[in-house]
Amino acid sequence: MGMTMSQKILAAHAGLDEVKAGQLINARLDMVLGNDVTSPVAINVFEENGATSVFDNTKIAMIMDHFTPNKDIKAATLVKQTRAFADKYDIKNYMDVGMMGIEHALLPEKGLVGPGCLCIGADSHTCTYGALGAFSTGVGSTDMAAGMISGKAWFKVPSAIKFNIVGKPQGYVSGKDVILHIIGKIGVDGALYKSMEFAGEGLKYLNIDDRLCIANMAIEAGAKNGIFPVDDITREYCNGRYQGTPVEYTADPDAEYDEEYTIDLSTLRPTVSFPHLPENTKTVDEIAEGEVKIDQCVIGSCTNGRISDLRAAAGILKDKKIAGGVRCIIIPGTQSIWLQAMHEGLFDIFVNAGAVVSTPTCGPCLGGHMGILAAGEKAVSTTNRNFVGRMGHVDSEVYLASPAVAAASAVAGYITDPEKV
Amino acid sequence: MIAKGRVHKFGDNVDTDVIIPARYLNTASHKELAAHCMEDIDKDFVNKVAEGDIMVAEKNFGCGSSREHAPIAIKASGISCVIASTFARIFYRNSINIGLPILECDEAAKEIKDGDTVSVNFDTGVITVENTGKTYQAEPFPEFIQNIIAKGGLINSIID
Repeated sequence: MGMTMSQKILAAHAGLDEVKAGQLINARLDMVLGNDVTSPVAINVFEENGATSVFDNTKIAMIMDHFTPNKDIKAATLVKQTRAFADKYDIKNYMDVGMMGIEHALLPEKGLVGPGCLCIGADSHTCTYGALGAFSTGVGSTDMAAGMISGKAWFKVPSAIKFNIVGKPQGYVSGKDVILHIIGKIGVDGALYKSMEFAGEGLKYLNIDDRLCIANMAIEAGAKNGIFPVDDITREYCNGRYQGTPVEYTADPDAEYDEEYTIDLSTLRPTVSFPHLPENTKTVDEIAEGEVKIDQCVIGSCTNGRISDLRAAAGILKDKKIAGGVRCIIIPGTQSIWLQAMHEGLFDIFVNAGAVVSTPTCGPCLGGHMGILAAGEKAVSTTNRNFVGRMGHVDSEVYLASPAVAAASAVAGYITDPEKV
Repeated sequence: MIAKGRVHKFGDNVDTDVIIPARYLNTASHKELAAHCMEDIDKDFVNKVAEGDIMVAEKNFGCGSSREHAPIAIKASGISCVIASTFARIFYRNSINIGLPILECDEAAKEIKDGDTVSVNFDTGVITVENTGKTYQAEPFPEFIQNIIAKGGLINSIID
């Protein structure tokens, strides 16, 4: 029996010719990631257990992105602790305000992850890097500590679900609509413990930002990882950027999948997830005009804070005004995306429309800072979760959507189809 | 080893944002995290929970964020064991790594009620509802994971 793409990467990193679904393996890591919330817990575990060295100071990334620029004294204290650890062990990829971006926008951009690498991160959206043909998955802080010490992690080899992507997307349909559609179809535990492997001729219509967005939300279907084959779009992005040696793995023709789905991009419509689970999806055609009035619009995050996302939002907001009573917050994912957006004139469009542009931060996505909701308020957001209380008060609501839908809704004052503004 | 306590029952898809809201993630203190455990799904939970109590939920418990703060908050609140139909994978991994006992048992997860008194034998995987006498057999852990638990968590198992 052949192996899936994910299984091949795991086998290679475990020094095995072959692995099977369900097998427990110990595998070598190419990158270990943490942020300002999860690194301090990992550092405590590291120090309480008497560790005195890290396995490789170039293969650890500590990105201060969740509550930074530090939102309060406690958050500042956690970052201070992490900075001291990074200084002590000479962690090369410690990135704080001025260098940092949202971790899952930053690591691909800096070339710290790439085709064929094996990465764990103490952040659930670490699955993002599967867009580049990497095996990448979220873990907790104890796994991060163990990874920093040993350079290894244990894995239960996952089985997989295959998504055959066909057709060409129409109108405003983007990567976000593809993944929301899939989660709506299979549910928030539809891929529990499994790999989501994407394939098919329709992938050529999904640019690298679309793919990063799709892989990013694999966790919202419960998946261990989401992964794309390496093609010219991947190579163009990674060439001259990826600091490691790219290795291109392909699934065997006789690889076994638990399930297979065909997703026809030409039939998809802009899609919105209603509270309080990402699986509660409706297309914009199923939402009445004025049905969901909004108080806030957030465009950013590790899901949709990349340059294509900002361009999509600017395309809608150009020469328009944000509706009265709506706060529109735009958060470029990294410093270089921020600069690029500025040079392209996108900030003029945003500010003239009545939006604000923030420094990179995870901020409001997890109800951290920079746009918290009060009781009864509703937000349309390009982020990844709409759980109870996710962006603030337990009685607030988050509706997940693409940058185009979010921007159009900010102009209308209620959730709407971008075609209508 | 046996755990015995009163049951706190929850439903499907209990996510890590309701287990420990992100507004409290600016601390790594186990005691401070425990003080806000389950706050956004049951704000009285911290007043009701007693040392040794047992949490029971249905499918996909602990979905969402990778925050280890979630199993830490549950363990530090006094909960001795979590039983669910299924666990989200990062939560499952984190619980084993920090030494919070968890068991997958769909039938028990569906039938056990809030307020029941339940005992769990970790050696055999047998769950007993003390007030009805009904028993359930949970899935045993694979040997690899039993070794991590026997060594007192992941870090001890790699430092040995």
